[in-house]
Amino acid sequence: MASIDPRHRVVPAAPEGAAGCAAPTTHPAAQHACHDGREGWVHSVETGSTVDGPGLRYVLFLSGCPLRCLYCHNPDTRHMHDGTCTPAASILAEIELLSGFLRHGHGGVTLSGGEPLVQPAFCARIFRGCKELGLHTALDTSGFLGSHADDALLADTDLVLLDIKAFREATYRTLTGATLRPTLEFAERLSLMGKPIWLRYVLVPGLTDNADEIAGLAEFAAGLGNVERVDVLPFHKMGEPKWRALGLPYRLGDTQPPSADLTERVYGMFRAAGLKTL
Amino acid sequence: MDTLSTQKVAEPPVRTATPEPWRGFAAGPWRREVDVRDFILRNLRPYEGDAAFLAGPSERTKALWTRVADLLKQERASKGGVLEADTEVISSITSHPPGYIDRALEVIVGLQTDRPLKRSIMPFGGWRMVKSGLEAYGFTPSPRIEETFPKLRKTHNDGVFDVYTDEMLRCRRSGVITGLPDAYGRGRIIGDYRRLALYGADFLIADKKAQLASLELDRMDEETIRLREEIADQIAALGDLVAMAGTYGFDVTRPAATAQEAVQWTYLAYLAAVKEANGAAMSLGRVSTFLDIYLERDLREGRIDEAAAQELIDQLVIKLRLVRFLRTPEYDQLFSGDPTWVTECLGGMALDGRTLVTRSSFRLLQTLRNLGPAPEPNLTVLWSERLPEGFKTFCAETSIGTCSIQYENDDLMRPFWGDDYGIACCVSAMRIGKQMQFFGARANLAKTLLYAINGGRDEVSGEQVGPALAPITGEVLDYEEVKARFVPMMEWLARAYMNTLNAIHYMHDKYMYERLEMALHDRDVLRTMACGIAGLSVVADSLSAIRHARVRVVRDASGLATDFVIEGEYPAFGNNDDRVDSIAVWIVETFMAMLRKQKAYRGAVPTQSVLTITSNVVYGKKTGNTPDGRKAGEPFAPGANPMHRRDLKGALASMASVAKLPYVHAQDGISYTFTIVPSALGRGEDERAPNLVGMLDGYFAQGGHHINVNVFDRQTLLHAMDHPELYPQLTIRVSGYAVNFIKLTREQQLDVISRTFHGQH
Repeated sequence: MASIDPRHRVVPAAPEGAAGCAAPTTHPAAQHACHDGREGWVHSVETGSTVDGPGLRYVLFLSGCPLRCLYCHNPDTRHMHDGTCTPAASILAEIELLSGFLRHGHGGVTLSGGEPLVQPAFCARIFRGCKELGLHTALDTSGFLGSHADDALLADTDLVLLDIKAFREATYRTLTGATLRPTLEFAERLSLMGKPIWLRYVLVPGLTDNADEIAGLAEFAAGLGNVERVDVLPFHKMGEPKWRALGLPYRLGDTQPPSADLTERVYGMFRAAGLKTL
Repeated sequence: MDTLSTQKVAEPPVRTATPEPWRGFAAGPWRREVDVRDFILRNLRPYEGDAAFLAGPSERTKALWTRVADLLKQERASKGGVLEADTEVISSITSHPPGYIDRALEVIVGLQTDRPLKRSIMPFGGWRMVKSGLEAYGFTPSPRIEETFPKLRKTHNDGVFDVYTDEMLRCRRSGVITGLPDAYGRGRIIGDYRRLALYGADFLIADKKAQLASLELDRMDEETIRLREEIADQIAALGDLVAMAGTYGFDVTRPAATAQEAVQWTYLAYLAAVKEANGAAMSLGRVSTFLDIYLERDLREGRIDEAAAQELIDQLVIKLRLVRFLRTPEYDQLFSGDPTWVTECLGGMALDGRTLVTRSSFRLLQTLRNLGPAPEPNLTVLWSERLPEGFKTFCAETSIGTCSIQYENDDLMRPFWGDDYGIACCVSAMRIGKQMQFFGARANLAKTLLYAINGGRDEVSGEQVGPALAPITGEVLDYEEVKARFVPMMEWLARAYMNTLNAIHYMHDKYMYERLEMALHDRDVLRTMACGIAGLSVVADSLSAIRHARVRVVRDASGLATDFVIEGEYPAFGNNDDRVDSIAVWIVETFMAMLRKQKAYRGAVPTQSVLTITSNVVYGKKTGNTPDGRKAGEPFAPGANPMHRRDLKGALASMASVAKLPYVHAQDGISYTFTIVPSALGRGEDERAPNLVGMLDGYFAQGGHHINVNVFDRQTLLHAMDHPELYPQLTIRVSGYAVNFIKLTREQQLDVISRTFHGQH
């Protein structure tokens, strides 16, 4: 893609019912550029998030994810090609236009997904550009592909929002279809580097509410020494319609969101281990 | 005034003589001539701290508010939301005996009529409107007035319709120009109500007499004669103000000597205005920092404590919340929720670099806690990046808690209007006492685009409303061709629109001159002709669709384009995408350039706003299918907002698009209404205020002019629709003003709910 003019970047897909704005076109000629990170597969953008890292954030949701979480609320981002191939330069141009907001809002840029580390070169390019703009960077990841993040990428990463979805291999596999070990290794690597982590834990009744398991995770996280904060995210079913739209069976249809009381108790367990929560 | 200080002041020290009114104030030119700004800057005490000093409501205030809340409940339960109307007495400054809510509880007194929430009649705008207003709410106009008034007195409405041309009537009927102040008071004039407190009426009358003498010219032309007559009317109005204040026991011929008097005097001057003029927007100006100087002096003198200072402000605000006018049902459709736009500006920076934030800026915001949220007064924070952090945080916390504040960019406006401007209505800045505007409602640019496509024929009626220019006949719309037809149609509209406004304001000055408000202005004022546009995002998206997608025209048997089929995608306004944002900018610049070519009545300077208030619903209703995919009858987005749910990239991208609209070409203001769910401002409550501050700093640094901030979720509103009794004070911000949500029509409630909620999944 020769054009880096932000005016030529693609528009995000419109939700159903939005008049006039149809789905974006992809750029088939550009696939080769994905290998060196000049282009990446982007699902969507949220420009005013306050829940994906500190302050006001530009969040880029990348497509492609190796996990198959039962509660996934963005099943439409699983495959890389679900997204739109987009030049890093045009993303960075857009970030630059909004950098005043992000700086005033004591925020920055968050790469999320999907799993951003499916496209580590693209991540590295975006974060390098952000650092050149003087912006704070946060990587929102499950850590499963942590080994894809090289030291250069991590050097440009100010904060890792690390989802540890369970603390027993069996639970993790049931929940995600993958193994837990790589995530824990990534956490330990971040610990050695002294890279700040905000730990995120999705609380699903009947699935991830086992007290012993949570206590184990809390103890592990506290031992890392670099976990600045823990967010317990109550399970919700807002992704369910997307599963239906994709023709995928949603297995948590009968699961209810945790009570406020349960959520508070789980927060208490993290606090008891000496971790900071909201 | 010893009677006053023993009866009305909170815990008053007994005094035998009035203290010297200007004691302890730093001297300056303000002592010799009317110059409130000079007084403020010489005596200002900026406050850079936080909200910890604030006091809660006094027992008296609580008891009084309980009474008022009960009255408001009765009012809501009454037919059409009108509790009581005076069918016998034509309202003037002196028409009614003093009115009280509960005299023993009132620290600040004065009502528009003899009873709270009793609406008066002001027929100089038009007898028909008064009559239909009364009848709509179940009242019968006095036969005595009905028999005599219309026979004896021509009104503004009569005058306008005498001179309207056929073209003007066609435009009005089709809705290509709508909401014109030809059947209601124009408003948007801010008297400098502070002048009465600082100088007293004697000083002001002497000043006006000197102005009259300054107009004894060799050649008495029409302009001079008119101004001399107006000044004579102004002097009479000040005399009436003195008399009206006297019935409440106050001698306002002299300056206010205490904080209580300063608040009371300022309010009485405002009250005199709203007793006689029922303008759509009757804004207060910028009184809090002025009053702060008096409050701080009394605090220093030990005359009052913080609780008493807050009590004065709370009670002033109670009075401002009770301002009412009798409107027609058509008016209510246009401006829903019974707004009065008692706009009061808080904060901002002085030209010398000091902040104009004082403790009283906090006290005004504190009324939203002490009395609960309310749409009036329309609290407007003049935001600067350099405002003290403590104030920014308190504003954000108050917004999150009450949704009752709007923000406007002081850093953007100060270079235009200095540091003593106020906001009339929603977004119209004007130097207080030195500038006024001729309010011009708005022209419907979406309809104008359809006229361009249809050769001037109205897409709903088929009538030839605009000039019969060649229609577009091709099956697929071509961007350059549409633009080439749109430009001359806009030229026509600008001319027809300005001519119409000239007719309206000539007659308004003649038959419904705002003599009291103008008495609180300088002799020579800057007048702006405040035009406006509606449907900006509809037109921008339509042109974007025509350019970036394929738009096919569907025509009826008569060849009229009645619908459009979009094939492909197009970038929509609100996503920080220059492909379409630049079109929106082009529309604003182009139409403004056309307005600047017109000759405006009384030497007024043409300006324009991008503001709809709630009329976006009415405009949408009158406009057919548009090439952006909007269906006939569907509301436009309010003000400069992107169309509903087309801003898909989140809050900052939406704000960034709006912030591109150039204020220099929309000096009457660019309104943006922003709604966000609480959880989208941060997971923790203590994160939300700083995040909102960051958004506001970012938006204004980007060049944004105005923002309404709503923090609530859709569920709350849906619940309030079904259970209004549980939400008597639920206030929301819509395009430039705040309303009681439960007072909106169902249609408007649904429109609010359908708007983009940032952060809503």
